[in-house]
Amino acid sequence: MKDIPQTEPRQSWTFSNEINSEIRRAAQTGIYDIRGGGAKRRVPHFDDLLFLGASMSRYPLEGYREKCETGVTLGTRFAKNPIELKIPITIAGMSFGSLSGPAKEALGRGATLAGTSTTTGDGGMTEEERGHSEKLVYQYLPSRYGMNPDDLRRADAIEVVVGQGAKPGGGGMLLGQKITERVAGMRDLPVGIDQRSACRHPDWTGPDDLEIKILELREITGWEKPIYIKVGGARPYYDVALSVKAGADVIVLDGMQGGTAATQDVFIEHVGQPTLACIRPAVKALQDLGMHRKVQLVVSGGIRTGADVAKALALGADAVSIGTAALVALGDNDPKWEDEYRKLGTTTGAYDDWHEGRDPAGITTQDPELMARLDPVEAGRRLRNYLNVMTLECQTLARACGKSHVHNLEPEDLCALTMEAAAMAQVPLAGTDWYPGKAGF
Amino acid sequence: MAKPATDALVLDMSATELREVNATLQGASGNETAFQLVNPRGSHAVAVGLDAPIEVTVKGSTGYYCAGMNKQATVHVEGSVGPGVAENMMSGTVIVDGDASQYAGATGHGGLLVVKGNASSRCGISMKGIDIVVHGNIGHMSAFMAQKGNLVVLGNAGDALGDSLYEARLFVRGEVKSLGADCIEKEMRPEHLEILADLLDRAGADAKPEEFKRYGSARKLYNFNIDHADEY
Amino acid sequence: MCGIVGLFLKSEALRPKLGEMLTDMLITMTDRGPDSAGIAIYGDPGDGLKVTVQSDTPAEDFDGLDVALGEVLGGAVPMKVSDTHAVLTIPADAKTRAVAFLEDRGLRVMGVGEAMEIYKEVGLPKDVAARFDLRTMGGSHGIGHTRMATESAVTTLGAHPFSTASDECLVHNGSLSNHNRLRRQLAREGFVTKTENDTEVGAAYISSRIAGGASLGEALEGTLQDLDGFFTFVMGTKNGFGVVRDPIACKPAVMAETDDYVAFGSEYRAFADLPGIETARVWEPEPATVYFWER
Repeated sequence: MKDIPQTEPRQSWTFSNEINSEIRRAAQTGIYDIRGGGAKRRVPHFDDLLFLGASMSRYPLEGYREKCETGVTLGTRFAKNPIELKIPITIAGMSFGSLSGPAKEALGRGATLAGTSTTTGDGGMTEEERGHSEKLVYQYLPSRYGMNPDDLRRADAIEVVVGQGAKPGGGGMLLGQKITERVAGMRDLPVGIDQRSACRHPDWTGPDDLEIKILELREITGWEKPIYIKVGGARPYYDVALSVKAGADVIVLDGMQGGTAATQDVFIEHVGQPTLACIRPAVKALQDLGMHRKVQLVVSGGIRTGADVAKALALGADAVSIGTAALVALGDNDPKWEDEYRKLGTTTGAYDDWHEGRDPAGITTQDPELMARLDPVEAGRRLRNYLNVMTLECQTLARACGKSHVHNLEPEDLCALTMEAAAMAQVPLAGTDWYPGKAGF
Repeated sequence: MAKPATDALVLDMSATELREVNATLQGASGNETAFQLVNPRGSHAVAVGLDAPIEVTVKGSTGYYCAGMNKQATVHVEGSVGPGVAENMMSGTVIVDGDASQYAGATGHGGLLVVKGNASSRCGISMKGIDIVVHGNIGHMSAFMAQKGNLVVLGNAGDALGDSLYEARLFVRGEVKSLGADCIEKEMRPEHLEILADLLDRAGADAKPEEFKRYGSARKLYNFNIDHADEY
Repeated sequence: MCGIVGLFLKSEALRPKLGEMLTDMLITMTDRGPDSAGIAIYGDPGDGLKVTVQSDTPAEDFDGLDVALGEVLGGAVPMKVSDTHAVLTIPADAKTRAVAFLEDRGLRVMGVGEAMEIYKEVGLPKDVAARFDLRTMGGSHGIGHTRMATESAVTTLGAHPFSTASDECLVHNGSLSNHNRLRRQLAREGFVTKTENDTEVGAAYISSRIAGGASLGEALEGTLQDLDGFFTFVMGTKNGFGVVRDPIACKPAVMAETDDYVAFGSEYRAFADLPGIETARVWEPEPATVYFWER
């Protein structure tokens, strides 16, 4: 027999090893995969945009010498006490329950040092968080776990959560590993059970009802506090327009890379639009209603660097919000825990089983021993540093474009590297004056 | 603001802004403990966010979220109420002489809500410790995801009572059109009769505890089981 | 997302006040729908059919319109102009020719009927009511709508009520979730909608079922099977109105009845000025249940 050359074994692109492993997992367990975090698939993002720095036709500002302001005021439309932030980056809502008490404290410390706000989450307001957050946004969620008028009145703003980027339209079921006695007590649930969460609010449906709900919240809090409405990036033009009509002071728009404590993987990866694609329609809705900059737009979902911040602002956002990045700054997915990630069957950077409560970094857990690994003071400092770096980066880019305030960045300061990004951000493809959908091609 | 013979401070809602009405009630302390709201004309968010042991009588019908997030106060509506009466109540008492629209007592953490007429759909949705007594009937999807507290119904209950129920107790005297997922009839033990007797008494309800059936969670959906997947 | 009002008079004495009562109810629902407002008002059926048309340039378009249409139809066509709307009365058998003629001239046909006139425009309900002098209108029953646009455009044609058959009109609070597929299916069957609006698909669906031989009740029952999403519908007919809510029934609906009238509102406060409301029977329509009030 002659030697017959063998072709290399070929893996299927359609049935990849990763897909096959999920089929086997589903066949074994009979339940969908639940995990934390946001979309992991590659989607067009801010990386595909570049700034056009000043040279001859525009004049840059001198770094470190000429001022580039970063302050932002949220809630100027109806609230008596708008929120004034030193930087255009806020900390997104993350629940006590999904996060440990020390982690919530660290978020509060870091945000306060950097001059910005943090946000509660599903499960109510904790002392750790209120005590260490100079400005705290209180989320009003479908579950209403721990909701009470006293916390409402000691919040600095109220965020009515309609949806989030990881799962617009979703409620779902959270397996019960983390429903400890303290978490269960705050949520009025039996210890250790799965927590089913509703996809709609229990006592209103739709913007016409929401307008009345907001009236009630304002009446309870004396019209003092800004009311935010948070929506997942699904139909951003309509969702933003209707949020304005329902009476929002601030709109938080969360793209599909936005994280969650836990939901179905299928939801995270297959529902919603990339953050990049959400901003222009949202801003258009505000402009059409004459409300751009009057109702502030906060964009979240995959913000990682000062460049992301600057690009989101250039596309028309008033501020951005970070969740996943803040957790990484605290110490989530740190390579120093690699041995322990391996024991959990994962690796640094990929750990996303936040709902299982076995976080080696001690952040997404209620286990006392693991929790003790996070020093809230040190972690708070790390978050402060990270927020400061992002702000400096954002200023650097804004100065290069000749802006004395980061809010003066414009879409015209950008070009796109790919056709997809050009179409979604409606900025010209690099080297051209054209983007897909623009007339005159 | 004229003083009537009853000694209650009268606020005429046809002549007073809602903000002023609520601010007056929210700021009540010491001297004034009784208020009368006249001409509510179906207004929303009437007497919300109260936090003192005052007595408020509403002469007429209200809109959405009457007595929302109530603490300590007693609010008596001499009429019907719109959606979400006493939503997220913490303590105190809310009495409705007429009917209540959907979401009555939604997510309430404490206190007592009494509806003398009927309550429509989603009565006691996500309740977290409130006690609700309805003299008439309740609509569909009532006590959906109800976590804690007691719902007492002297009349009938609509479809899918107690769907996805947690630990709330449901007592119904009349017919139940259908039970929701994971809701079952349960044995009425002496401690339940005692709870019920007390609630009926406090709600001024002319009914005997023995006439009721108790419903509660079968607790089969508390932890995921693939064999119950069609009930999620 | 919207506010709905409806009023069906049992008392003859109240008929001259229909417009006034309905207008107050409509204005009370402004918060639920500040984008546009509309009303369908049913008077006594007279000789012939009433065609309500709308134009953004009424001064030019309505000038001589009655004469021109009269020449086409071979007889006099009485015309009543009210701001951007005009009501033309045509012979009962002339509907197809008249509608074709009017649409050819670029006019928007709001509705056709023996009893029904439709007035709708973009703007706050109080302004819309004033433009058409709705308060002065009499009639036997009427329905009104204030719109908070969800996904389709804020335009005159996008305002409710939607009429897709003679004397029939539909108003809606909620949001349908399968209207695009249904719109294409209805278009294949010859029921072509004019807007992107989900409610118009609902109206066309009901008209198609009636054209196919279903009774009005059966057509409304059919919405529970074939329309997905959230809806409270109020349907106007020559003799009265029908109400149906989806099985989930999240969108609000309240009704009141006395010896003199039956009233529908998205909220109770729409009834606050109705005579005798203090002693009226007030209730909420059940989910997935069709109701009718007819004379």
